[in-house]
Amino acid sequence: MSLRGAAAVVGVAERPPTRYTGEETILELLSGVAVDAVKDAGFSLSDVDGLIVHPIGGLPGFVPATVAEFLGLQPTFAEVVDLGGATGAGMVWRAAAAIVSGQCTSCLCLTGTRRRRRTSRGSAQSDSPRRPRSIQPSYDRSPQAEFDYPYGMIGANVGYAMLATRYTHEYGLTDEQRAKVAVDQRLNANANPAAIFQDQPLSIDDVLASEVICEPLHMLEIVMPAAGAAALLVTAADRVADARQAPAWLLGAGEAVTHSSFAQAPNLDATGVGIAARAAMAQAGVTPGDMGLASLYDCYTIMVLLTLEEAGFCPRGEAGAFVASHDLTFAGDFPINTHGGQLSFGQAGMAGGMSHVTEAVRQIQGRGGDRQIPDLELAYAHGNGGIIAEQCGLVFGADR
Amino acid sequence: MSARLIPPSTELTQPYWDATRREQLVIQQCGDCADRIFPPRARCPNCGSAQLEWQPVSGRGVIYTYTVAHRAPHPVLAEQCPITIAVVELEEGPRMISNVTGCDPTDVEVGMSVQVAFEAIDDSDVVLPVFKPA
Repeated sequence: MSLRGAAAVVGVAERPPTRYTGEETILELLSGVAVDAVKDAGFSLSDVDGLIVHPIGGLPGFVPATVAEFLGLQPTFAEVVDLGGATGAGMVWRAAAAIVSGQCTSCLCLTGTRRRRRTSRGSAQSDSPRRPRSIQPSYDRSPQAEFDYPYGMIGANVGYAMLATRYTHEYGLTDEQRAKVAVDQRLNANANPAAIFQDQPLSIDDVLASEVICEPLHMLEIVMPAAGAAALLVTAADRVADARQAPAWLLGAGEAVTHSSFAQAPNLDATGVGIAARAAMAQAGVTPGDMGLASLYDCYTIMVLLTLEEAGFCPRGEAGAFVASHDLTFAGDFPINTHGGQLSFGQAGMAGGMSHVTEAVRQIQGRGGDRQIPDLELAYAHGNGGIIAEQCGLVFGADR
Repeated sequence: MSARLIPPSTELTQPYWDATRREQLVIQQCGDCADRIFPPRARCPNCGSAQLEWQPVSGRGVIYTYTVAHRAPHPVLAEQCPITIAVVELEEGPRMISNVTGCDPTDVEVGMSVQVAFEAIDDSDVVLPVFKPA
């Protein structure tokens, strides 16, 4: 059964990204945006009968029940999505699927992370498990701990740098072309009051002058960790008319998980990005050229470039020339990440990935403020987890 | 000898680490479909067979991709930075994460032929396979 037009996002709420949060717990952050999203839709908490959350450091399990009780919900559909940066997008189609199958009628999708300022012990506390100095002795662990970590293949910078190296080898790509993505997205962020870098301009020279962290990637091509939260309320087609906001109809969704260790990733012309994007657009009955906005996961500049061509927005191998010859801003001829992307809006854990969805929804709803794309009919949102490992694409439309 | 995170082994993976201590690189091969397998599995990812056997490989490969990390990805690697981290495609097919040693990082390039070498990890009895220019 197709999800096309079966459900719509009718409520959105975000806690804008900040470098740190205060003493609030993750439950406080999530419940805040959850209630705000329900109010945004003009619904009440008693209307909510579905809840989707993600794993939370410090909660070893029972996450949906813990969050539901804190919110005062007794959902008839409760789910955890664990797809890294694709988690937010993955939540939205699961909400629609639960609605289509009759498990619930209105489902909250919650993402967020807190970060506390460095303590006297010198370590920033977040919801992420602390990186061990030696590999944990636990018997059930990822093979990466054994076969990747000893080489320094830890965290995401190394993997995305290797992705950039390989892409450049196969197709050619310049530092300036990658930097253009960061710069155009910053121009978008400059028009977004919620963006963490709203008041800071950025030039290609600034990007290229920033420290090279992992060759070829510079610091300003890499997301900065932040704290924040985002919530969406997805509701059934027959409840959309009850909402205060215009609907952002979910027209198609696609997903793909291709590997865990970057060493086992498919070749660049067979990534999960393409699998998920093609599935989403096929379900929606649209083509990449129909999209008025591409809201593409941008943990690193290279990921935007690869997604552009794997999702079919430009021919294979031409992403560098494509970004160089198009204006990627909200006022441009090919708007990408009009909220600034995570590079300039902020990456608040799983809420960072969700920001591509919330922006697509807001733009479709006509609530983009100063950065609104005029007469937007269709938007594509893409989530990417791990090192190009988990992928989820969503197509939203103003009409069903 | 170098400071590194010490890889934890399991009963399944112990033959790999026993072999590296003998300065030999081994990977699994499926007894049914002959697929070459890395990292180690309990069942063949191609056909599902449990008949997996450890076999020596040539130790020859090419650099599929790489990066030079200028900031240590982990504090334990601080003194080895800049460190060259690579995906090596073995002559037998599978790809693995490794380091490129024995040359200047600026000499490393995609497609470069490499040969396995072995490096003992500080404060352990573990020997880690790395790669140097062939």
